[in-house]
Amino acid sequence: MSNVNNFSNSRLINWFKLSSPSTFYPIAGKLIPIFWALTALFGIAGLWVSFFVAPVDAVQGQGYRIIFIHVPASWMSMFIYLVMAMWAGLGLVFNTRLSAMMAQALAPIGAWMAFLSLWTGAFWGKPMWGAWWVWDARLTSELILLFLYLGFIALQASIDNPRRADKAGAILALVGVVNIPIIYFSVKWWNTLHQGASVSLTKSPAMAQTMLLGMLLMALCFWMYSIAVGLMRVRTIILERESHTDWVRQLNEVKNNVE
Amino acid sequence: MWNSPGEFLAMGGYALYVWSSFGVCMAVLLIEPLSIRARNRVIIRRLQQEHLADQFDKEGSN
Repeated sequence: MSNVNNFSNSRLINWFKLSSPSTFYPIAGKLIPIFWALTALFGIAGLWVSFFVAPVDAVQGQGYRIIFIHVPASWMSMFIYLVMAMWAGLGLVFNTRLSAMMAQALAPIGAWMAFLSLWTGAFWGKPMWGAWWVWDARLTSELILLFLYLGFIALQASIDNPRRADKAGAILALVGVVNIPIIYFSVKWWNTLHQGASVSLTKSPAMAQTMLLGMLLMALCFWMYSIAVGLMRVRTIILERESHTDWVRQLNEVKNNVE
Repeated sequence: MWNSPGEFLAMGGYALYVWSSFGVCMAVLLIEPLSIRARNRVIIRRLQQEHLADQFDKEGSN
């Protein structure tokens, strides 16, 4: 019985330890190269399939190949928002420093993904629809997502006290979550120009599979990239916000290689 | 599938759209880690300078 108690206690302690910036900082540093390697691996495989394996589309010709970055970027823009809001919410509830830093580290990646989704969408829409932009439900809600990211970043930057900035940002992030199902279901709820989900996958099955494979590989590449960049940024934010602490002063990169 | 590099670059007449999408995507994905690295260097340098100043203070008081 006492063993069980010890076990659960040590588990509890480990979780709390991991949520402390001083423990997380070196672990994140070790994980970053792994995620960069995975990014390169999935990226090379994904680009190979996108350009050399997936056949030409019967209707859209070679122009459809934009799908291989458009869809992963759009997925990531929505998913990163949910993860960011989750970290921000955890920070609000448990008042943990690291969760708020995680949310802060994810916001720019999400904003870039939303930008890429809109940009690649414009360059896909122009040849296929004849317009760079239309005020369509899917496009407009994705634009609002970009503004939510930018609003979150700007709001946090405008408040000097970091803990108050975290709280204000967290509330904005949580309220903004309502936009995610709107984006996701917009093609079902409204009549839109934007094609429905998995549009090209219903054609010939052989084609569907290589296209799906390319899209999934690119999505995995974007996933690994987001984790790698998120860890890089959270480490920098940790240093900036914990610069007064002893453990930061004792770091090798601070003590050594003095010019 | 592609008979020549020129054909690959032409993308069946969609070159502008395909390469603008992939090009900007690559640029964004490169700029982001590079800007983080620059930001990281700034904070590391500041911390190193603070460390140096601390050491200098200690040596001075001895």
